[in-house]
Amino acid sequence: MIQLDQISKAYGPVTALDGLSLRVPAGSLYGLLGPNGAGKTSALRILCTLLAPDSGGVQVAGLDALQQPRQVRERLGYVAQDVAIDKILTGREMLRLQGALYHLATPHLRQRIEQLIQLLGMESWVDRRCGTYSGGMRRRLDLASGLLHQPSVLVLDEPTVGLDIESRAVIWQVLRQLRDAGTTVLLSSHYLEEIDALADRLAILDGGRVIAEGSPSELKRALGGDRVTLRVREFSDETESARVQQVLQGCPGVRQVVVNRAQGHSLNLVVDGEAVIETLRQQLNQAQLPVFSLSQSRPSLDDVYLQATGRTLMDAELEVVGVRDPKAERKQAMR
Amino acid sequence: MTSASPLTLNAAPPDQASPQRSAFADLSQETLALTRRLFLQLARRPSTLVAGVLQPLIWLVLFGALFAKAPEGLLPDGMSYGRFLGAGVIVFTAFSAALNAGLPVMFDREFGFLNRLLVAPLRSRSSIVLASVLYITSLSLIQSLAIMVTAALLGYGWPGGAGLLLVLVTLLLLVFAVTALSLGLAFALPGHIELIAVIFVANLPLLFASTALAPISFMPTWLGWLAALNPLTFAIEPIRAAYAGTFSLQAVVLEAPYGDLTGLTCLGILAALALGLFLLIRPVLDRKLS
Repeated sequence: MIQLDQISKAYGPVTALDGLSLRVPAGSLYGLLGPNGAGKTSALRILCTLLAPDSGGVQVAGLDALQQPRQVRERLGYVAQDVAIDKILTGREMLRLQGALYHLATPHLRQRIEQLIQLLGMESWVDRRCGTYSGGMRRRLDLASGLLHQPSVLVLDEPTVGLDIESRAVIWQVLRQLRDAGTTVLLSSHYLEEIDALADRLAILDGGRVIAEGSPSELKRALGGDRVTLRVREFSDETESARVQQVLQGCPGVRQVVVNRAQGHSLNLVVDGEAVIETLRQQLNQAQLPVFSLSQSRPSLDDVYLQATGRTLMDAELEVVGVRDPKAERKQAMR
Repeated sequence: MTSASPLTLNAAPPDQASPQRSAFADLSQETLALTRRLFLQLARRPSTLVAGVLQPLIWLVLFGALFAKAPEGLLPDGMSYGRFLGAGVIVFTAFSAALNAGLPVMFDREFGFLNRLLVAPLRSRSSIVLASVLYITSLSLIQSLAIMVTAALLGYGWPGGAGLLLVLVTLLLLVFAVTALSLGLAFALPGHIELIAVIFVANLPLLFASTALAPISFMPTWLGWLAALNPLTFAIEPIRAAYAGTFSLQAVVLEAPYGDLTGLTCLGILAALALGLFLLIRPVLDRKLS
């Protein structure tokens, strides 16, 4: 339904997309996961005909988005942060304006607006001015705007960032209903849990490229092994952790031992299975090391990301915090 | 949350959502919707409208009073200063309003509202520009009419019949030209700070270097030349003639250092200017809206 082929895009010296290729099957709920600055927004802006790629091909619903942008826009709903609402208008007026821009006939539009108000629970505030809305209300109005013309493809850029729980639940439910009714839904997020809970398939983006692709369970299964987090003391020092690492490194069934400096020098292990836990305890006992806590889990999407990039999603987020230039980014989004 | 009817969620083929319609129907639907938005904003935040009338009104009253005791016969044809000033302030009103045409567009660019318009399947993106032109034209004519009525109440006269039509045509041509300039700047400049700076710098000097406040015969040669080349003058003089009631398109309305100009010539220059500016800004609009 959506096909990106070898898309590259640079803003001056900064490469945003570096040969990105993506295939989103029709009728799926597809997630685009990656830290801020991975190229998610650029990819979606290109897909929605807001931005021209430096090279590469874009197809939406069998149409070439670079050759027939207007036909693609008719079939596409876009819910994004860089698309503003008019604070002076009411929500209903915004929807009417949006409907006119998609050339919907008035009686049909009126009916459609009523349906969406009901679907997204906007009855009590839709006739108030948009300037008074909370983030969740704005997002719901944005989603309604994106759905007015019954698009076959819905694209959402970080739809639940900073939202209240109720709004998030409403949006998640609507996205699932849409998928069940046959709409292709593509959403980007830097929340692992969101993609894990929602997406049928996902692509992990890093440095403007897809570094892993598949269904959440596929990706986790491919990684294999169990994750163990071990603390011998609530806060260990470096020497002690290094010693524990040495003790456990050679154990049968232990694949990897990493000291997590950010979390009180706790130890992150990858092990073959539950049976290994008992071996670990024995080893620690023999070396006369205490155990403050020991927890075990299946691999998560974060581990998938860690495996592919060598850092956690959280670390990647923190890395770009100081480097990002919000002013330059606003310029990019501005015509 | 209430359960949704299947109709709500199913995707519709685009043809069904908008049945076969003419390009004209689509274009007028999107243009009217965009214009309606601008008028809704104006109705809910009327300060632009009020300020746009208040400022020229103060000019009219204060400047009129300032020169109220000017010796009789100082101005051509024994005109009182108030009558002379009227035409200048009317033109200044329309000019100031049109000069601000680019501001809403600039804010739409900066806040990302323009992106909403650009992801929509607009039949033609010129509807965005067209809506601005429609809005600012109506706004500036409303403001000018308010000033004309006030001037009449102050005893500065009223152009009768054909004269009124001529005033409106002249204002319209000037508004088109200035709107084109302002819209071009709104797409070419990086932000609203720069746009406001340009508007601020252009506004008053253009007023002073025109025949709005004094005739060319009062000016030193260099200023007289400037005034005789200033587009505002080409709008002021036909309107002044219309107010004097002796208007004919063939009559000389401006004795410029380079020769006499008839009303028709002035209107021709304004029309050419408007057309030229629209052609000039087209490449900028095409680039930013493509």
